[in-house]
Amino acid sequence: MSALSILYVILFYVAMITLVAGITNKMLQYKRVPAPLKIAVTPAPLTRKGVAYRFFTEVVLFNSLFRATKWTWIFGFMFHASLLLAFFRHLRYVISPDSFIWPLVNNMVVQSFGHYAGFAMVIGLLGLLTRRIFVDRVRYISSPSDYLMLLLIIGIATTGLMMSYVAHTDIVQLKAFVMGLFLFDWQNLPSDFVLLAHLTMVLFLAMIFPVSKLLHAPGLFMAPTRYQVDNPREKRHLSPWGAEIEAKDGRNA
Amino acid sequence: MAKVDYVIPETHEFPIIPSVMEGAMAHSSPFIAGEEFQTDMGFPSGEDKGLVDDWKNIFLAQLKEKLSKYRSLLVFMDTCVKCGACTDKCHYFIGTADPKNMPVARQDLLRKVYRRYFTFAGKWFPKLVGAIDLTEEAIKDMYDYYHQCSECRRCAVFCPFGIDTAEVTMAARDMLAHIGMGQKYSNQIIPKVHKIGNNLGLPEPALIDTLEGLEEEVEEDINVKVRFPLDEKGAEILLVTPSADFFAEPHIDGLIGYAKVFHAAGVTWTMSSKASEAANFGLFIGNYEHMREISLRIRDAAKDLGVKRIIFGECGHAWRVAYNHLNTLAGPWDFLDQNYPIPQHILEFTKDCLDRNILNIDKTENDHMTLTFHDSCNIARASRIGDTPGSQFTTPRQVIKAVCNNFHDMSADTINDQTFCCGGGGGLLTDDLMELRIKGALPRMEALKNVSKDYGVTHMAAICAICKSQFTKVLPYYGMTMDQIVSVHQLVSNAIILDGQGEEADDSDDAEAAA
Repeated sequence: MSALSILYVILFYVAMITLVAGITNKMLQYKRVPAPLKIAVTPAPLTRKGVAYRFFTEVVLFNSLFRATKWTWIFGFMFHASLLLAFFRHLRYVISPDSFIWPLVNNMVVQSFGHYAGFAMVIGLLGLLTRRIFVDRVRYISSPSDYLMLLLIIGIATTGLMMSYVAHTDIVQLKAFVMGLFLFDWQNLPSDFVLLAHLTMVLFLAMIFPVSKLLHAPGLFMAPTRYQVDNPREKRHLSPWGAEIEAKDGRNA
Repeated sequence: MAKVDYVIPETHEFPIIPSVMEGAMAHSSPFIAGEEFQTDMGFPSGEDKGLVDDWKNIFLAQLKEKLSKYRSLLVFMDTCVKCGACTDKCHYFIGTADPKNMPVARQDLLRKVYRRYFTFAGKWFPKLVGAIDLTEEAIKDMYDYYHQCSECRRCAVFCPFGIDTAEVTMAARDMLAHIGMGQKYSNQIIPKVHKIGNNLGLPEPALIDTLEGLEEEVEEDINVKVRFPLDEKGAEILLVTPSADFFAEPHIDGLIGYAKVFHAAGVTWTMSSKASEAANFGLFIGNYEHMREISLRIRDAAKDLGVKRIIFGECGHAWRVAYNHLNTLAGPWDFLDQNYPIPQHILEFTKDCLDRNILNIDKTENDHMTLTFHDSCNIARASRIGDTPGSQFTTPRQVIKAVCNNFHDMSADTINDQTFCCGGGGGLLTDDLMELRIKGALPRMEALKNVSKDYGVTHMAAICAICKSQFTKVLPYYGMTMDQIVSVHQLVSNAIILDGQGEEADDSDDAEAAA
């Protein structure tokens, strides 16, 4: 095995462990901290089912963003939808055709739209970048990391597109490498520059996920303003530390 | 009242989002609470009304504690992606153009510090992620701009991640109070509630006096003895209403409305001198303990008086606390009648009476007005009136339409959950923030002017004591008159005909009286 391949094997494991452990740690921290008061932004659903629907409209359709600003919604939605398609298209590098989830990859939507998703992704990202630079309000709230994050993902998308349309990589060998990672039977990685750039940026993105604003993805589900059921009069809501205060003076008895 | 101190923003046919003007409101800062009020509240006070000695460590310790007690704060500190969706949604930004009044920038005042001391990226790469050290300058910015937020949650409606700036503001204000930077207005009021029972410091004898006067006034007006009972044991209903209802215009006309509805419904009711205040400023300053203490007065009063039900009068944040937190803070309410919502809003009571057709209504009594309705932020976005999601919008409108012939809503993007704050909510209803209050009222004033011009609206009805006081004050700055703001139950009061209400009764006009 080449030294380069060994380096990427190590990088891959480090990135995956950082990603999974980092997000798990954050989610556990969120879970551990109570929400002492009912703070649902109303109108809010009256049932858990209703909350699930509320999340559907937010996660799938970006409902609130749509109400807020159409341009950001268009570009943001374009980017995220393309990301989803690209994700499914990339599954073919990690699952074999005889796997029962192969139809997830080998279907019309993923294989036709997915093929062009990279372009939509870049357009979406460029739109967001343009907004960040030219809308004075958004420029005011932007830090260097906000621009760099967009540039990083643009880099990932562009190198990905280059492999589809300009300089193909050895896909068979790449798949062998990736499958090897999962089976702990390590294989050589093709060494062309575009692929290495693509992978390096992806691994870097995975590593910074738990310490960056990418936490918005899991954090979205932890906002009490959105996940709480609107039933404070019917059901008493009390946090552990709220209960402690009560127990001390007994005034709620 | 000096009217020329500030540039009154121009109103337009369509809302205009201003270009950012850095530092436009940097001079706006409410009075800091002196030692006396800080001590009353259990907060420390530094020499010369300022920071306590060890302020930096105390603030960071406070922040650490808040992050371990409030999931909202912790999650909101992490999840913002700076997408900009909220940047043009705050009435204070629209009215002042100060970029620190954009919700995300307001959150960032604390988030930058959070990042510096509590995150990997901020500890190692502060410049990259915009993290800053906790300096006196940072504290001053927080004090100034967390007191330019009315905790109205309009930004939270539009945030893709449900980030609510109000949560950040509340947390920050509480932390500031713990390093000697409490706000005078709120910290002066809360001890009065604890000691005397209401925000105004109105003692029991004064209250009895006021209510007796009111009884006489109503009897003179309509020839029916409508009661305003205080501390009557054994009454069925305890009414908890903002103390402004006892003396301010147009609030008091709302109180007369509640009394008439109770009279017509034939229920027994009482107010309490101990819980003679619905407002709960503990919410504004983000302090759980004070908010609980204020809520517990209501529990104690309900038990002392032996009532079966609790009903709240027209007040926005009070209803938010009552609806969402009364059960948490002062519950469980197993000693009350479980057949009714606990607590219940006066509009739910009145709407039910209207639905059951037990009120005798003459809508023409309100024919001299064309109404519109101002959704109060805390009712629109932080609570519910009625049984279904969104019935906080329909219920007041149904009641208004049941007692008035002429009604027209303001522009759709300024009502319901997109309603604009009056500009004086969240603990900012103080004269030392007058400029902010006037400028923050801009979007609402604009919408009101437009609906007046296009549909001949003459009056705006509200269901919040703070909104009513704020509009009374700012309407004249925008070329309108202070009596254009009315209470919803004032409209009910005008239209309701009580049994025995003689024809010989003086037909004087409540709206005129309000002027």
